[in-house]
Amino acid sequence: MLYLKNVKKSFTQPDGSELPILDIDEFQVAAAEQMVLVGESGCGKTTLLHVISGISRPDSGRVKIDDWDITLLSEAECDRFRAKNIGYVFQTFNLLPGFSALENVLLAMRFSGENPDKGRAKHLLDRVGLSHRMTHKPTMMSVGEQQRVAVARALANKPKLLLADEPTANVDSGHQQQILDLVRETCGEEDVTLVLVTHSSEVAGQFGRIDHLEKFNQVAVNQ
Amino acid sequence: MSLWKIAWRSIQQRSLASALTALSMALGVSLVVAVFVVHGVVDLSFRRGGEGYDLIVGAKGGRQQLVLNTVFYMDKPTGTIPYSYYEEFVDGQFAPWTETVVPVCMGHDYEGIQVVGTTPDMFDLLTYRDGQKYKFARGRNFRVEEPFEAVIGATAAKETGLDIEKTFQAVHGGEPHEQEFTVVGVLEHTGTPNDRALFVNMDGFYKLHDHQRGEEGPGEEGPGEEGHEEQTDQHASAHEDSLDHDNRPSSKRVTAILLCVKALPLGQSRIIAQQINSGKDAQAVFPAKVIAGLLSGMVGNVQLILLIFAVTVVVVAGIGIMVSIYNSMNDRRHEIAVMRALGASRSTVMVVILLESILLSLGGGLLGLLLGHGAIGILAPLIVEQTGVAMGMFQFRPNELILIPGLVALATLVGYLPAMAAYRTDVAKSLTTTP
Repeated sequence: MLYLKNVKKSFTQPDGSELPILDIDEFQVAAAEQMVLVGESGCGKTTLLHVISGISRPDSGRVKIDDWDITLLSEAECDRFRAKNIGYVFQTFNLLPGFSALENVLLAMRFSGENPDKGRAKHLLDRVGLSHRMTHKPTMMSVGEQQRVAVARALANKPKLLLADEPTANVDSGHQQQILDLVRETCGEEDVTLVLVTHSSEVAGQFGRIDHLEKFNQVAVNQ
Repeated sequence: MSLWKIAWRSIQQRSLASALTALSMALGVSLVVAVFVVHGVVDLSFRRGGEGYDLIVGAKGGRQQLVLNTVFYMDKPTGTIPYSYYEEFVDGQFAPWTETVVPVCMGHDYEGIQVVGTTPDMFDLLTYRDGQKYKFARGRNFRVEEPFEAVIGATAAKETGLDIEKTFQAVHGGEPHEQEFTVVGVLEHTGTPNDRALFVNMDGFYKLHDHQRGEEGPGEEGPGEEGHEEQTDQHASAHEDSLDHDNRPSSKRVTAILLCVKALPLGQSRIIAQQINSGKDAQAVFPAKVIAGLLSGMVGNVQLILLIFAVTVVVVAGIGIMVSIYNSMNDRRHEIAVMRALGASRSTVMVVILLESILLSLGGGLLGLLLGHGAIGILAPLIVEQTGVAMGMFQFRPNELILIPGLVALATLVGYLPAMAAYRTDVAKSLTTTP
């Protein structure tokens, strides 16, 4: 389902030198598989998710999702592809503050180019236990509730792939497991492939597949 | 969820800054509305004044002076023309082409308001504003056989306190004549300069001077005669030339003649005017043409300057919107990056920013229209009183329609810079920065 081959990505530093971040020979995830990527801070986990989602372009290599090589798509095509096929849960939730919970979910649908399905948006919010908070804005919700809205938003367009970047890092310990269970359950229900990034061994330990991303030796190693 | 709604939510998020920028736009637009309305009022009040007749015939001199004096009761007369010349239009050489002819005599006032000597035809036969007949709010028109009857305009009645059966003395050269005119009719409001004038029977107007002469005796110069000095400068009162003690019409003079010509082939009225102008006694002018020239020559320039000022205020307000949105871009890069990460294209976020600019401009513009027209509604009674032009709060001028596309164009222009900033947002970098 997800296949990366010879992906390289580096950033230009202020002094003009190149700082390599990613150097991945091969990395693949099967359809509906749930796996976790671990690695220390700065090893390129978030950059890898950006490259997979098409937010960042790799310097070289191939990123294929369901036979679509997103490195060959134009930027606009890539945006559309991302909206339709990839859900993204951020560490800091990144809900848009001016919009209600329901509107945040509908917004994701709007950008996919399809007519927003209000019924599905409500169903998803109901599924994450927020049917009573649909009209509330993020500032009126707890951290845990905000992350649940983010999960519902990520699943709005029935994506094939869900990328979750440390989804429990900013959630209090009491809600961490709840969020994690929610992500895994909803992905399971909708046959969504899950790539979850974490630095928490407690979180990682719950997954059957854990890949380590080493700093300065950016090769994903299946364990 | 439409892009309009997304833009609107963004405005709501920065409600104070948005309200202030929209308010500055509102003030600019209300100024533009004020300029349009002032121009409309001036334009209408000028043009309406010259409606109801085709030609003004008066003494040779300045064409604009003749129109200003005869139509607007401003400036001094260009002089006078013989009464016999007026008769040429009644039953003389010009009669075949004449439909209505009304003489006017000026040179007197009452409490600063022009006293006009004329005939009842002024209100029986002439019309005003799109062919409307003069109507009386109270009383009736004066009669030919009653020389000291008078009819007064609506504003003049209000300003002088004169009403039916009240009397007044016409003043010339600072001295009132002994003879009194009795008001027999008060005109309905017309929105023309006639609202601010007192109309007396022309026979009575001539008799004022005869009566004065009778009291002073032959050879004595009455108070009105001091104007003779002016007469040499063509500033004479019409009746000052009525030196004939027998009061023979042939010796009287009139200040001007208002003329409606018969329905003639195109250009015929111009030929008549040329015929009059070629003589030595008088000149004929087309009031509509002279008024149009006055408007474009003087009023038009003033309006243009006012409009430039007002548009400058709107442009400055537009720049305020640009600065406001552009300054907010630093705080919003993260938000824009999130939208992009959710699948919004560069052009989509650019359009959202442009729509935000358009909404602020149009919102401010609509508020400005409300403010402008609200002010007009409040000032309407004063405008009517001063100019005779009735303005309603919801009476929009056609040129206000240009405000809508104008504001959209301005908003697009000023929104372009912040929209480009949104377009160029580095998504990956902005996502990793804390909002």
